[in-house]
Amino acid sequence: MSQNELSDLAIEAKGLVKVFGKHRAVDGVDLQIKKGTVYGFLGPNGAGKTTTIRMLATLLNPDGGEACIFGHDTVKEAAEVRSRISLTGQYASIDEDLTGTENLVLMGRLMGYTRNQAKARAAELLHAFGLEDAAKRQVKKYSGGMRRRIDIAASIVVTPELLFLDEPTTGLDPRSRNQVWDIVRTLVGTGTTVLLTTQYLEEADQLADRIAVINEGKIIAEGTSGELKASVGTGTLTIRLADPADREKARGVVEQVLYGQVHDSADATVLTANVTNPSLAAEVLGELGREGIELSDFSLGQPSLDEVFLTLTGEPAKEQENKKEVQG
Amino acid sequence: MDAVNDDRQQVRDEHLREAVASSERPKPPNAFSSCMTFGSRSLLRIKHIPEQLFDVTVFPIIFLLMFTYLFGGAIAGSTAEYLQFLLPGILVMTVAQITMYTGLDINNDIRKGIFDRFRTLPVWLPSALVGSLLVDTVRYTGASAVMLGLGYILGFRADGGLLGVLGAVAIVLFFSFSISWVWTTLGIIMRSDKSLMMASFMVMFPLTFVSNVFVDPDTLPGWLQSFVDVNPISILVDAVRGLMHGHATADQIIWVFIVSGIFIVIFAPLTMYLYRNKK
Repeated sequence: MSQNELSDLAIEAKGLVKVFGKHRAVDGVDLQIKKGTVYGFLGPNGAGKTTTIRMLATLLNPDGGEACIFGHDTVKEAAEVRSRISLTGQYASIDEDLTGTENLVLMGRLMGYTRNQAKARAAELLHAFGLEDAAKRQVKKYSGGMRRRIDIAASIVVTPELLFLDEPTTGLDPRSRNQVWDIVRTLVGTGTTVLLTTQYLEEADQLADRIAVINEGKIIAEGTSGELKASVGTGTLTIRLADPADREKARGVVEQVLYGQVHDSADATVLTANVTNPSLAAEVLGELGREGIELSDFSLGQPSLDEVFLTLTGEPAKEQENKKEVQG
Repeated sequence: MDAVNDDRQQVRDEHLREAVASSERPKPPNAFSSCMTFGSRSLLRIKHIPEQLFDVTVFPIIFLLMFTYLFGGAIAGSTAEYLQFLLPGILVMTVAQITMYTGLDINNDIRKGIFDRFRTLPVWLPSALVGSLLVDTVRYTGASAVMLGLGYILGFRADGGLLGVLGAVAIVLFFSFSISWVWTTLGIIMRSDKSLMMASFMVMFPLTFVSNVFVDPDTLPGWLQSFVDVNPISILVDAVRGLMHGHATADQIIWVFIVSGIFIVIFAPLTMYLYRNKK
C-alpha cells in the first residue's frame, strides 16, 4: 500500500482544467475531499459540475491539472480508480429495455460475480430498494423515482468506496427525493464517500458535510453548510409591498434594521434582503408597520441558489449553454 | 421514514444497510467472460424488442423476391437463371446493410448514458463492443440462412456444393465483422441516430448498388467499371459467387481478407480510441 492510500483523502485535485473549444468548462478546480464524507457541488446548469465529475471518474482527461482518487491518478492509473468508484449519471445509466433484475444481474456479472451470486445480489438490492414488485418489469416502465433508485442500486452492486451522484434528485417529486436522500445517508453511514451535484441549496444543506459553490468553471465558495450560510445569510427576507411607490421608503427601513444590502427585484413591489439573524426579521416587520407601509406579503425562507449567487458573485446564477455536457 | 402504511414502495433502511455492508468486491471478470456478459445483454434486448429481428428475417425475403422478379426477365432473360447470378450478390448486399445497425446500438448507448457506466467498470474496455458484435454475427448467420433457404425453394442450386456455400457464408460473416467497426466508429462520432443513419446510407447505398451485385460490370462505362472493380462489396461478391458456384480462385479469397484486414486495422483501433476518449 502506497503512502497515498493511507492518507485520509478520497479525492485530491489540483488545478483541474477542461476546455471545450473556446469555453473553459472547468477552470482551475482544487479539491480535497475526506474519506467517508458527503461533498456537494452546488451550481447552476453548465457551471462545470458534470464536467468535473466526469474527469474525476476517468471519463474525461483533464486539459490541465491532475486528480487523485484514493491516491491513484485518474489518468495514469485509471484502472485502479475504476475499481473503487461508481457513477450514477444525470441521465439513466441503465438499459431501459431490460428489466430491473436483468440490469442488476448484468452489472453483477460485469463486476465479477458468478451467475448465482449476481442473481442473489440483484434480489437483495431490489428488496432493499423496495423494487421487488417491479423486478420483472422493463425499466422504461418505471416512475421517475423508481428509475433513480434502480440506477443507484446498479451503482452499488459492489459497494464502491466512492460514489458519484450527478443531480440525483433533479426532476423528482418530494417523496422520491426524500427516499434518495435516505439512501445517500445510509451509504455514507457504512463508510462510502459520496460526491454529489445539485442545483438546490436545501439538498446540499441536508446531505453534504462540505459544499463547493461552482460558477463558470470555478469554485467561488467552499466550506461547511454552516460556513456558507454565515456568508450568504441564514435566510432571505422577501417583502411584497401593497404600493410600489413605498419601495424607497421600505428599503430605508430594512437597511436600517439589518445593516445589510437590500436587493430590488424585477417586480417593482418586491424587495429581498439577506438575514443573518432571524429575530431581526420580526423587527423589520414591526418597523415597517410603524412607518405605515402596507405589505401584501412578508416571508423568511432559505436562500435560493439565485440568492446564494447574488451574494457571492453580485449577479444571479446564469445557466450556461451546456450542449457538450448533455451530449455526453 | 414511515414504513407502516406503504411498506412495499419504501426503501428499507435496515436491508439497505445490510446490503451495502455485505458486499464483497469480487475479482474483476476476465475478457472472455465480460464479452459473453455483454453478448447476453444483446440477446436480452432481442428478447424484449423482437422487432429487431425484422432486418434479418423480413429484409432478406423482400430483397430476394423483389430483385429476382423485378430484374430477372430484363437482365438475364429468365428469373431462374438470374437467381443463380443474383443470390450470392444479394446475400452480400443484405448482410452488409444490416451491419449498419451495430452503429445505431452504440450511438443509443452513448446518448442514453449507460455508456458512461460501462466505461467506469473495471472490465476489458472493448468487451462491450466485441460482445455485441458477436451476437450480431449470429444475426447475420440467421439472415444468411433465411436467404439461402428461400433461394433453394425458388430454385437456386449451388454448383460449389454445401462446402462452397458454408465457405461463402463464412467469408460474408468475416467481412461483416470487419465492416462493423466502420459503423461503430461513426456511431461514436455522430450526434444523433438520424445523422448516423444518414451517413451510413450515404456510404452503403452507392457501395451496394454500384457494384457487381445486380449486373455484370462488363456492360458499364469504363470509368464506372473501375470504381466497381475496387469496390469492397464487388470484391466480396466475386469471392462469394466463386465459392458458391465452385470456381473461386485463391486471389479472390485473399483479396477479401486483405480488404477486411484493412477495415479492422484502421477502424477497430479508431473505435477503441474514440470509445476511451469520448468527451
